[in-house]
Order: sequence, then C-alpha cells, then structure tokens
Amino acid sequence: MTDAFRAEGLTVVYERVVALENVSFAVPRGSITAVVGPNGGGKSSLFKAAVGLVKPVSGRVVVLGVDVAKARGKVAYVPQKEDVYWDYPLTVWDVVSMGRLKAVGPLKTVPKNDEKVLTALEKTGLTDLMNRKISDLSGGQQQRVFLARAIAQEADLYLLDEPLKGIDVESEDKLFDILSELKSEGKTILMSTHDLSSTFELFENILLLRNRVIAFGPPDKVLTSENLSAAYGSDRVAMHLVDVRRVAGWR
Amino acid sequence: MALNELFLQPLQYEFMRMAFLTALTVGVTASVLSVIVVLRGWSLLGDAISHSVLPGLATAAALNLPLTIGGAAAGITASLLIGIVESRTRVRNDTAIGIVLTGTFALGLVIISKYRPTVDIFHILFGNVLAVSYEDFATTVLLSAGVVAVFAAFLKEIVSYTFDPIFSYVAGLPSNIIHLGLMVMISLTVISALQTVGIILVISLLVTPGATAQLFAKNLRQMFAVSMTMGVASAVIGLYLSFYFAVSSGGTIALTATAFFFAATVLKKLFGSVQQVRPASQ
Repeated sequence: MTDAFRAEGLTVVYERVVALENVSFAVPRGSITAVVGPNGGGKSSLFKAAVGLVKPVSGRVVVLGVDVAKARGKVAYVPQKEDVYWDYPLTVWDVVSMGRLKAVGPLKTVPKNDEKVLTALEKTGLTDLMNRKISDLSGGQQQRVFLARAIAQEADLYLLDEPLKGIDVESEDKLFDILSELKSEGKTILMSTHDLSSTFELFENILLLRNRVIAFGPPDKVLTSENLSAAYGSDRVAMHLVDVRRVAGWR
Repeated sequence: MALNELFLQPLQYEFMRMAFLTALTVGVTASVLSVIVVLRGWSLLGDAISHSVLPGLATAAALNLPLTIGGAAAGITASLLIGIVESRTRVRNDTAIGIVLTGTFALGLVIISKYRPTVDIFHILFGNVLAVSYEDFATTVLLSAGVVAVFAAFLKEIVSYTFDPIFSYVAGLPSNIIHLGLMVMISLTVISALQTVGIILVISLLVTPGATAQLFAKNLRQMFAVSMTMGVASAVIGLYLSFYFAVSSGGTIALTATAFFFAATVLKKLFGSVQQVRPASQ
C-alpha cells in the first residue's frame, strides 16, 4: 500500500533563508502524525509544500501515491484562526458546505439538506449550532467548524495547522475524539504543534523538525532529551523537558 | 405633489433620463461588489485598481481603441503587479498597493499630457453624468449586466475563496481564476462608472455601501440587500442633488453614500440592539 504522505529530500528556501533542508519522511495511511518543533522551524513551510502552495527548490512531495500537484481536492486543510477573514457574516452551515463546492461543481448550489454536510456537522457535534454565526462561537467550536468542512470535503489526508493553539482542554479532548474516529475510518492526519504538552499517546509518529528532520518515529523514540535539545536549543530544553515528563506518564 | 414633481421634472430632459439609468446601473453593480471588497478588506486594492485604469484609458484613447479594453487591461495589470511586488520584494501589501497606485496614476497623467487625447481628464476622474451618450449608457449596462451575472453565478466560489484562500486552493477550487475574475470585475465596474462618478470617486460606491450594510447585516443575504439599497439610493439621490444644485454629480453621489454611512452609524448607536453576543454553550 502506498504511503499517505511522503516527503523526499524536500528543500524549501525563501530569499536566502533555508526553511526546510533535505526533509524526508513517510506517513502510512490511517495514522496520526504530529509535526513538532520550535517556531520558525519550518512547520508551516512543510504544510505549504504539502499542499503545493510553495514550490521546493529540490525534492518533492508525494500525496496518496501521486505528485502533490495532482492531489488537490484529496487533501483538506484546517487553517489557523488568523488565516480566515472573520468579518464574513457566515453561519456554521455556510462554512461547512464550502467543503462540498468542488464535488457539487460550478453553477450548482449545495442543497440545504446535503447529506455530507449534515454528517460532518453531526460528527463534530455542531448540528445544533448550524445556524449560528461562526464569529459568535467559542475557539474550540470554530476549530470544529473548519474540521467539519474538511470532513464534508471527504478528503483522505487532513492537514491541521496548529489546531491546539488557543483552545481549552475540553475542546482539545473533543478534537482528539474526532481525529481518532477519522483515523479509524482510514483517514490520515498530519497536525503541527509547538506545544510539547499535548497528549502524545494518540500519535503513531512524531516528526521533530528544526528546518531539517531531527527525529521521526513513535513518540517514545523521538521525545528524548537529546532530540529535544537538538530541536529547541539547550537553554530552553529544561523547560520543555518538564512539560514532557509531566505528560509522559503514559510511557 | 411637490415631491413627485421634484422627482419627475428633471426626467423630462433626455440627458437626465440617460444619467438616471446609468447611475442606477452603476449603483447596483458597485454595491454588489462592495460586499466582498469590504469583507475581504480590499478597499485600498479597489482604490489602486480605480487609479490604475487611467493609463489604460489614456493609451486606448490615444490609439483610438475602445476605452473598455484599455481600462480593463490596465486594471488587471495593476492587480497582478501588486501581487508581484508583494511576493518578490519584502514590502507589505499596503505598501505594494501604494507604490503601484501612484505609479500607474502618474503614468496615466504623463500619457494624457503627451498625447492630449480628446477625452477630458477631469471627466474621467470625477465623472460627467450630464453628458452620457446613448453609446456610453449601452456600454455601462452591458458591462454591469456581465459583471453582476458572473458574480451571481459564482457567488459561492467567490465567498469561499475570499473567506479562506488557502482552504479553497487546497480543496481544488480554481483560486487564481477566481482572483483574476474578481480583479476584472472591479476593473470593469470602474470603467462602467466612468461617466457617472468617475474612476476616482467610484471607490465610494465600491466601499461605502458594503460598509454601511456591514453595520446591520446578520447574514450574507441581508448584507447584499442593504448594500444594494444603499448603492442605488446614493446614486439616484446624489444625481438629483447634482441636478438641483448644479454641482459635480460624482461629488454628490459619493457624498450621499458617505452621509448614509455616518447616519447609519449614528442610528445604530441610538437604536442598535444592546443585546450582548452570547457565547455559545458547549
């Protein structure tokens, strides 16, 4: 079976800044991977390359067995809050139905009782809120609206950009419940986080990234003090290690 | 009825009937686009496009080509140029817009001063609704109808793209085409407004009706409805003010739109719902 996502010697350069250097790793289908690393460590560059928004200077990205340029539509992107325009007076349904635009096609409307939209709302626990304005929702609910839109798109690979930023523990729990369910359906999830206190037991793999791959593999192999100090720099490591030990009770 | 007469009397003149219909058309088209311009934060971009239409119009006039084509080409070029300046150099978006806006406008002035085409620069910039020919009117209606029809047909794609460009790109919507399409629509609207408000003051119809609508609208449908009402009302009332006070129509139309906005702000302060936004449960 082909990998859901594979980076092969990926190098991305902005001006003279090397954002990613010779990054190679592969993620199997039906798994959850966390991309962890310091800010400026190339997490968002990796995501942009993963959806074809940034062209690498060398190497390539293979998504679901095909080159990234041909995989548009099979990948769903869950943005950070700052990436969308909140002035739009859109309801939850309005946003989730955007996931169906490509499938429904131009010049046709998404029916109000569209099965895929309703299922996505149900899976994310948003059915009761479907007529609410998205700007009136809590941070965790807004997050789930974007996830529901990705589900409605029926993508095979989900890219979540810093989904844990600014949501509370309860919302985080709900998010992981939904992600686990998606995983059980064979979907592949790649999410970035700079927060080392996440519940890492849910992840098959962790990619520790500081412009190049520091380590890739199961959490207990990757989250070692040597790797973390290589990723975060020695002065900040102590602080992070405290976090990691606190949450690493599962080990 | 005095009010009736006030309204009907000017329409006895052929030029006023033409002006009335042209203003009405521009009011509708500009205020429809205004919703997206305001929500997406493209006011300055719209301003840049409207300024950058000038060199296109000037070149077309000098070469005896249709003004519409020259203007549209210039508008699109400017919007592409802004994108290139922004991505290739490290300047911010508003700086890129500022550079392209003044550069293209200056180019237009230079071309006009060199070739001195028969078009009046003052009329291009600020409109001259009282000299709308039948041909001008037909051009305005055709351009407007085209813009509104395409906009309505692809509304959901346009909303998705402008609301969340990255998602829309990844989901497989033709982002580049939608973006270019919107730039063309803004350019064509600017050109269609040439006679009524002129290419500079058209920005008031591309920004203000949407801004007024945003004060009240609870959903997109309402926002379009209020914006269009404001656009049409500003264009028509402004035109009559221009007629009765014998002043620039572009000026009165833009002023009316502005007055509506401030009146709406005050109304909202006085009578607006004091109900707090309830944080949703769960």
